[in-house]
Amino acid sequence: MSSGTLYDKVWERHAVAELPTGQTQLFVGLHLIHEVTSPQAFGMLGERDLEVAYPELTHATVDHIVPTEDQSRPFVDEAAEEMMAALERNAERAGIQLADPTSGRQGIVHVIGPEEGLTQPGMTIVCGDSHTSTHGAFGALAFGIGTSQIRDVLATQCVAMEKQDVRRITVTGELEAGVEAKDVILQIIRTLGTDGGVGYVYEYGGPVVDALDMPGRMSICNMTIEGGARAGYVNPDETTVDFLAETDRFREDPDRLETLRPYWESVRSDPNASYDDVVEIDGDALEPMVTWGTTPGQGVGITEPIPDPDDLPADKRESARDAQVHMRVEPGETMEGYEIDVAFLGSCTNARLPDLRRAAAILEGRTVHPEVRALAVPGSQRVKAAAEAEGLDEIFTAAGFEWRGAGCSMCLGMNPDQLEGDEACASSSNRNFVGRQGSKDGRTVLMNPQMVAAAAVRGHVTDVRTLSEVTTV
Amino acid sequence: MSDGPAEPVREVRGTGIPVRGNDIDTDQIIPARFMKVVTFDGLGEFAFFDQRFDEHDEQQDHPFNDERFQGANVLVVNANFGCGSSREHAPQALQRWGIDAIIGESFASIFAGNCLALGIPTVTTDEETVTELQDRIEARPDAEIAVDVENEIITVDGETITVTVDDAQRRALVEGVWDTTALMRANTDAVRDVAANLPYVEVDP
Repeated sequence: MSSGTLYDKVWERHAVAELPTGQTQLFVGLHLIHEVTSPQAFGMLGERDLEVAYPELTHATVDHIVPTEDQSRPFVDEAAEEMMAALERNAERAGIQLADPTSGRQGIVHVIGPEEGLTQPGMTIVCGDSHTSTHGAFGALAFGIGTSQIRDVLATQCVAMEKQDVRRITVTGELEAGVEAKDVILQIIRTLGTDGGVGYVYEYGGPVVDALDMPGRMSICNMTIEGGARAGYVNPDETTVDFLAETDRFREDPDRLETLRPYWESVRSDPNASYDDVVEIDGDALEPMVTWGTTPGQGVGITEPIPDPDDLPADKRESARDAQVHMRVEPGETMEGYEIDVAFLGSCTNARLPDLRRAAAILEGRTVHPEVRALAVPGSQRVKAAAEAEGLDEIFTAAGFEWRGAGCSMCLGMNPDQLEGDEACASSSNRNFVGRQGSKDGRTVLMNPQMVAAAAVRGHVTDVRTLSEVTTV
Repeated sequence: MSDGPAEPVREVRGTGIPVRGNDIDTDQIIPARFMKVVTFDGLGEFAFFDQRFDEHDEQQDHPFNDERFQGANVLVVNANFGCGSSREHAPQALQRWGIDAIIGESFASIFAGNCLALGIPTVTTDEETVTELQDRIEARPDAEIAVDVENEIITVDGETITVTVDDAQRRALVEGVWDTTALMRANTDAVRDVAANLPYVEVDP
């Protein structure tokens, strides 16, 4: 059993009671909700005649179903409009703050929590969304929950949980130009497996993680769930505090930052903390990663050959064979040259300002391949405004990208942005599951934002390092 | 539904349905486009929809389409079942299709938690046992299966196999205490104390 880790400390501080099941009743410091997984929970609450216990600790936004092209109301899609209206109704009735598209603060829930300063170290954070692990970048214990658990949180501000083991993942060395946080996490998932993290919380550290900015740390924590771990975190440090100091919450009240700082420092893992497992990843050896298959664990470096299923462990062979048929790739080849129809820059993994900057740096003075449809979708309205303030939108549009409004967009097929037929997509998102981007024959290749930009220009998956203006993170 | 204890789930009896493959994600179990609804009603018919139907809505080979498995309630799956999105729509769709228990090599943790919230046991056993069980159901779809949650045993046509049920899950199901809202509402004062001791929480006392 771990001891002295951030996970142990935060768990301890939030434990309310032991339940008859042996689970712990854990207090939730921040509850985020969106339109897809919350309406049924409000319905369940109503059926039991219960009220929201701590409405001031829940914050709502809309992201999955919002169109990113025309966000005027009512939405063209009636089902989407109904979901939006239900969220508005539920939030208003319960006294929950809602960042809607008229607020200037709307965006993907995992982008706006951090940028508003809602997400803080030492918190417990839950949301009915598996990518809630993102918020762990701040040293919070953050994880996705189901709708019945949303009901629990609304009714009690608590979740019932079993304590997990802690795996420390140290990323050594330094990332070379063109290699990003996204590549680190794709390598981790490839190494440990898509189910390697079941039963674990991941603690990320080491020189590479220490050197990353907060958006980079968020990209890593975001995809923790793709490795099977429900939560992942980075210990808070000066990078964390500097980021928080620039958010609304602490700009308005700088004293509060100093008040909370000792708590934030106190939850850091102790130098002699003990872990249930320790893994080291060599950051020096990383190159830009791309997926060749239909799970995020099926990835290779851009110059590396796609594996022969027969060379994989027995339990991975069949799914690798199926994936290679679906993706139409051959073992022994690299992914270089894999033709794409769509380039998608967006999602809770990679749609923050630095992600857009790095992609724009590649696109400046270049144009999108004529056969490629390219979308740049900022993660939030604020990211969009900030990008426009520095002229990134002009670079994207001049290159031939569509510059869209904030939302989940083409990460998942719940809004008008979807793949059609067997289109192949170079995507900065997090899931290459069959059907994920809205077409069951669609083919998704996951990669970092610079790689998406490079693929958009060349019309095929390509090594961004063979272009100039490659950014070091 | 009342805010009280849930019904105990000590045993699930019925017949099986095998769905083979590792890493079957919740996007496969219920594609996102069917989630544009504000209730879970009617999700059952969309379970595994994109594996069951082609682009012209013609039926494809899939156990959920197979006549022999209609009426089955024990789903038998392989490793990392239910990975990906946290959508409770996935177990809701399976339950509404008729699934009352799932046997597998391993389950993604959010999915298993969502199943527990619905009173669906997710019991685990090794790859070889799962495969044998799947083969057996294929060969004899009407074979009776009993999932004994309390004693961690499944019985197929009289033959018993030892399985594993997570401790908390077993207790919750067997004792009928899987309705966590009711359980946790009993500790309102303790919740207030924990909140008061956290420096970052700003709530009205």
